[in-house]
Amino acid sequence: MKRFIERCLLALAMALALAMVAQAKEALPLAEDEAVEQRLVAIAEELRCLVCQNESLAGSHAPLAEDLRREIRSLIRQGKTDAEVLDYLVSRYGDFVRYRPPLKPTTWLLWGGPLILLLLGLGVLAYTLRHRPKIEAELSAAERTQAAKLLEL
Amino acid sequence: MRRVFLVPLLLFFVLAAFLAIGLTRDPREVPSPLVGRPAPGFQLPRLAAAGPEAAARFSPSDMKGKVWLLNVWASWCVSCREEHPVLLELARRGVVPLVGLNYKDGSADAQRWLAQHGNPYLLSAVDQDGRVGIDYGVYGVPETYVIDQAGVIRYKQIGPISAEVLQTKVLPLIRELQKS
Amino acid sequence: MTPELGHLALILALLVALVQGVLPIVGAHRGTAAWIALARPAAQTQFVLVAIAFACLTAAFVANDFSVLYVAQHSHSKLPVVYRAAAVWGGHEGSLLLWVLMLSGWTLAVTLLSRQLPQAMVARVVGVLGLVAAGFELLILATSNPFERLLPAAADGRDLNPLLQDPGLVFHPPMLYMGYVGFSVAFAFAIAALLSGRLDATWARWSRPWTTVAWVCLTLGVAAGSMWAYYELGWGGWWFWDPVENASFMPWLMGTALIHSLAVTEKRGIFKNWTVLLAIGAFSLSLLGTFLVRSGVLTSVHAFATDPRRGIFILSFLIAVIGGSLALFAWRAPKVGSGGIFAALSRETLLLVNNVLLVVAAGSVLLGTLYPLLIDALGLGKLSVGPPYFNAVFVPIMVPLLVLVGLGPLARWKQLDARDMARRLRIAFVLALIAGAVLPALADRWSGLVAFGLLLAVWIVASTVFQVRERLKAGFPPLSYWGMHLAHLGLAVTVIGVVMVKNHEVEKDVRMAFGDTVQLGSYTIRLLGVKPVDGPNYMAQRGDVELSKNGQPLTRLLHEKRLYLSSPNPMTEAAIDNGVARDIYVSLGEALDATGSVWSVRVYYKPFVSWIWGGALLMALGGALAAADRRYRLKRRAAAGEAVAAVTTGAAA
Repeated sequence: MKRFIERCLLALAMALALAMVAQAKEALPLAEDEAVEQRLVAIAEELRCLVCQNESLAGSHAPLAEDLRREIRSLIRQGKTDAEVLDYLVSRYGDFVRYRPPLKPTTWLLWGGPLILLLLGLGVLAYTLRHRPKIEAELSAAERTQAAKLLEL
Repeated sequence: MRRVFLVPLLLFFVLAAFLAIGLTRDPREVPSPLVGRPAPGFQLPRLAAAGPEAAARFSPSDMKGKVWLLNVWASWCVSCREEHPVLLELARRGVVPLVGLNYKDGSADAQRWLAQHGNPYLLSAVDQDGRVGIDYGVYGVPETYVIDQAGVIRYKQIGPISAEVLQTKVLPLIRELQKS
Repeated sequence: MTPELGHLALILALLVALVQGVLPIVGAHRGTAAWIALARPAAQTQFVLVAIAFACLTAAFVANDFSVLYVAQHSHSKLPVVYRAAAVWGGHEGSLLLWVLMLSGWTLAVTLLSRQLPQAMVARVVGVLGLVAAGFELLILATSNPFERLLPAAADGRDLNPLLQDPGLVFHPPMLYMGYVGFSVAFAFAIAALLSGRLDATWARWSRPWTTVAWVCLTLGVAAGSMWAYYELGWGGWWFWDPVENASFMPWLMGTALIHSLAVTEKRGIFKNWTVLLAIGAFSLSLLGTFLVRSGVLTSVHAFATDPRRGIFILSFLIAVIGGSLALFAWRAPKVGSGGIFAALSRETLLLVNNVLLVVAAGSVLLGTLYPLLIDALGLGKLSVGPPYFNAVFVPIMVPLLVLVGLGPLARWKQLDARDMARRLRIAFVLALIAGAVLPALADRWSGLVAFGLLLAVWIVASTVFQVRERLKAGFPPLSYWGMHLAHLGLAVTVIGVVMVKNHEVEKDVRMAFGDTVQLGSYTIRLLGVKPVDGPNYMAQRGDVELSKNGQPLTRLLHEKRLYLSSPNPMTEAAIDNGVARDIYVSLGEALDATGSVWSVRVYYKPFVSWIWGGALLMALGGALAAADRRYRLKRRAAAGEAVAAVTTGAAA
């Protein structure tokens, strides 16, 4: 009797296990729409999470970040372009929300700076090369004697 | 002394000057692009226990013709408690109507909070999912907007309103707006 | 009692530092032997005192002394001992003390390893280091005292930030500070040279090993920080161009320029002024970084709690040190002439271009980091400058530099033979082109960026291999030769890692019930279960995941979502299967249903990501080999050194 019950329990356990394995499936993406999600990530990586200390909107777990991502998703579904989505956020939060500074008069120095620095550096380099000494410094008579003495050591 | 060798020193002094000025600024304060623009419209339910008031909705256009304050608050917000006495005082003086925007809060919690700490608001609109907050560029709570008779946002206070800010910035602005 | 002892030790250290800073320098100027001789004992005493102060603070942490305010703010009785000790540098006050400890440690090393240097020079170097140390000690005592008491004592501490409760905290800050602070030695040598008016090839030879070792430490420190962020933050990122990251990267760029410039100054006795300026610049950037991180002028995830008073003090210190050294430079540099003949096409020129590129890169990073501050100070609004800017600006500057890495070592001093170089390198060039065209095709899709990156990396590798092979025919080259090429190879390895990860990483965000699987290329990840687990000071949900490749199970990975006692925000401990060619990274999200049987999980496939840090390790090894070269360890050269120096300065006058 005991063995019969054991066997039944074993069979039951195996059946359950089998059922579980049969049910296990390929995980569904968390997002409902892959294409929308990809656009969201691309846009959100360029935006700042405003309540965090320097994190992107894509990675942040802050509640405001989740709300804003939700807004962006619905804007994308409405068919807005990337520029329109950016505009939506900038008109509410200002340029500060963009991690890529827009190109306008106040950022000319920022975007142009590296190039200016490079040109300046190469310019100084060219100047230095042009004005480097062409002839080896000649030793004076006194210096020749001094050198001779030292070399005798 | 060849003057070119002074260049690094001069550049450094310019940098130091900017750093010194930087010490006086708060990098986390984000100015609002909405100042000078019409307050975004919305229609939200009011915060109320029950009855006819609960069914009514509020919209900024309801306040046209008056200078008013929109204060974003929540029962879970710790800093709101800091500014609450200032708001209560302002309401007591009756200088300007104060409308609350209850941001991402539970109605029961919100009402309990007001009952406990006092209610300076004419009414509170309930922004459950935070959508209206986004329209107003809200990124931290509390925030307060001064809106004029034409419905244009004239000033945004980020963070709690201190008595000092009230005296030096908000009240003078309200008085000026109310004159015209 | 112990904290007071530490406090006293620090006050004494300040007094000794002032003596160490003033008397030897004045003595060297006047020729007073007694004052010059003070340098060594003063520096050694300072080290002992600072070490005592540091030990007292550590003791307070380990013993859970919550009557000390700093301990109460950053520790907790349930914190494991290792982290209690490391928490000493987990906050602003303690990390400044670590700074000073490192500085006095480097100074001690200078006193112990400089027997063959002229004593007047050593006195000046140690003196400058003493002045800097005095400044920091004053800063600590005046505005950031870690020994301040909290009375009545707290029942328990506020706990260390959960993000810091990790082996990374034990390793990254000390290594980083060793590098940062190490550049103070190069700085001190530069100032000593300006003060004495003696700036020659011998000076460069003395400076070089110190600079190289500091550079090695900084390389390891920055790489450790990046690796730590990668596995700790839970979203697989490894560099964010955050202001604090930039604060450590800029000295690294300058330091790299410096070690190359020192090579020229040592070999050819030229570019002396420029090298001195770079040495001042590298350390200045270290100090600037210290300011940026602690003053509150910039927002950053890394920033310490801020206090404007500290900011003012640090800024004043900055102005005194940097302003003072640049003023000294402006005054004395013109007296030190620069000789040296070299052709327009020569190794000297190529190294100058290297310097220009590295300094421009550092300048661009500085511009981007400070621009928001600049705009705000001018009242022009608020701006964010983030990764999109830095990536757009930094990468184009690096490209020509990578090309140079393959060319430079082959170029001759004074005049390079372009035709000869082209002949020797043409196979390497062709190999690079082929690699760039073909290798990317092996991945799932061909990418232009990957092709270009691989072209540059293989160019460096091939050019290095060919050069070394040829050189070996002429006998076994010295350690510095191996060091140089190993470091260059390391750079190529890092470039490969960066390029592959950025272009071919795959991320999937999925909802998984127990037993569900998710595919990442040929890898399968199955969530086996999630169960609650308790740690010493946290509660966690631990996910158990099986990783298989092509159906064959490889390994089980455990990842956690932890809720620490001290913080309401949950922390993710990702599970990573490290491999040479790829990392599989699994991160647990939230429970998606009430019973906790469905979870959001994020999985990443990161190809070649470990090459980023492997390359950095190679670079550090290369630097270590170069610093260990015999010519820096020859003691017999003492007398000859003096004579040689005399002749060189005489001839250059």
